Amino acid sequence: MMWYFLMSDAFTFGAFLISYGSIRFSQNFWADPNVVFNALPGAGHKNLPLAFVSVMTFILIISSVTMVLGVHAGHKGDRKGVIKWLLWTILGGIAFLSCQAWEWHHLITGEHAVLADGKIELIGQTMGGNPWGRLVDGTAVTDALKNTSVQTLASMVHEHHADMNMTDLLKMPQDKLIGMIDLAETHIREKGPIAFGGYFFGITGFHGFHVFSGVIINIVMLIMTWKGVFDRRGHYLMIEKAGLYWHFVDLVWVFVFLCFYLI
Amino acid sequence: MEHQQTPISPEMTFPQQHHSDEEFKRRVRKTTILLSIITVIELGIGLTIYTIHKGPDPSHMLVLMFKGMVCILTLAKAYYIVSVFMHLGDEIRNMIMSVVVPLMLFIWFIAAFLWDGNSYKNLRNSYDKHFEEKKIEQKSGGGH
Repeated sequence: MMWYFLMSDAFTFGAFLISYGSIRFSQNFWADPNVVFNALPGAGHKNLPLAFVSVMTFILIISSVTMVLGVHAGHKGDRKGVIKWLLWTILGGIAFLSCQAWEWHHLITGEHAVLADGKIELIGQTMGGNPWGRLVDGTAVTDALKNTSVQTLASMVHEHHADMNMTDLLKMPQDKLIGMIDLAETHIREKGPIAFGGYFFGITGFHGFHVFSGVIINIVMLIMTWKGVFDRRGHYLMIEKAGLYWHFVDLVWVFVFLCFYLI
Repeated sequence: MEHQQTPISPEMTFPQQHHSDEEFKRRVRKTTILLSIITVIELGIGLTIYTIHKGPDPSHMLVLMFKGMVCILTLAKAYYIVSVFMHLGDEIRNMIMSVVVPLMLFIWFIAAFLWDGNSYKNLRNSYDKHFEEKKIEQKSGGGH
């Protein structure tokens, strides 16, 4: 039965990803994943495309391997082995979720300069818009800077001159702040397609929820193994089914990784 | 291939094989290494696409080709996860078919909806001047 549940779940995920693909094909411009996902915890503003998500991918693959080993230990009725490998799998799942929490936090709170309605705004990646449109430069930017609020300008200067106090910057006149902004270094873009945020957070969130429930299922399996329930039952089939679910979560990630990060 | 006389549970749908412990470990190790290598190649292609985009004259044909390669590699990964880790490959044939055949629907599903999205874009580019303008601006200015 587990297989038929997984098949239906595959269709759910498939429908989400295909709907995302359909919208993406209907746009003339789409955000470049290497520009969107280029941060690594502790690396500051360095440009490291794909680095963090590859860590997440490997965590999930390795946790899938430990699950295989756990299921195999179950076949042999090796209780200690099952406990050991389940613990590693749970740890992998929690590590993955933590990575995803950091990534979401970074996307939502990390503000980027965009040109909208003739002025510069600082926006993060949210459901209501994304800062990953096409690059703008030249006179459009210099004109827009004149219409931009002191608050925004001060934040933009602060980004590249961390040594300067924000309260001092806020007291400066507008034209002086504009002069301090290094236009070669600040990449100012237009707003990107709104649909990106909804699809990204919706699909990775749905996947993250699957990982979360997988971790819960694995914890339940761990407790049952601990109490010797499967030894009394004579077989470890439940571990087998939890394992199928866990591998499915890994399988879905392979496709989410493809659709959002690689292409 | 030796079959066990008493099935452990009625839900056990695959013939019980007596894989030796050694053989099992070898198989898992091989698959893990294979999945890792494929992932590394995918990341390499991802970075190649990034450098092509950054270059002075991005060739769309080349990018599309690399993207196609990543898709094929992903399908290979999916195959290994399903057939080895989830050991669908060891199940009985009817079981495999009852899971895989309905999934064939995806072939139509993907083709139809991507086609639909693309046609919507083309229609808007032909009839909605505002939308078309954006496309021209994008081609002339900046890029990535």
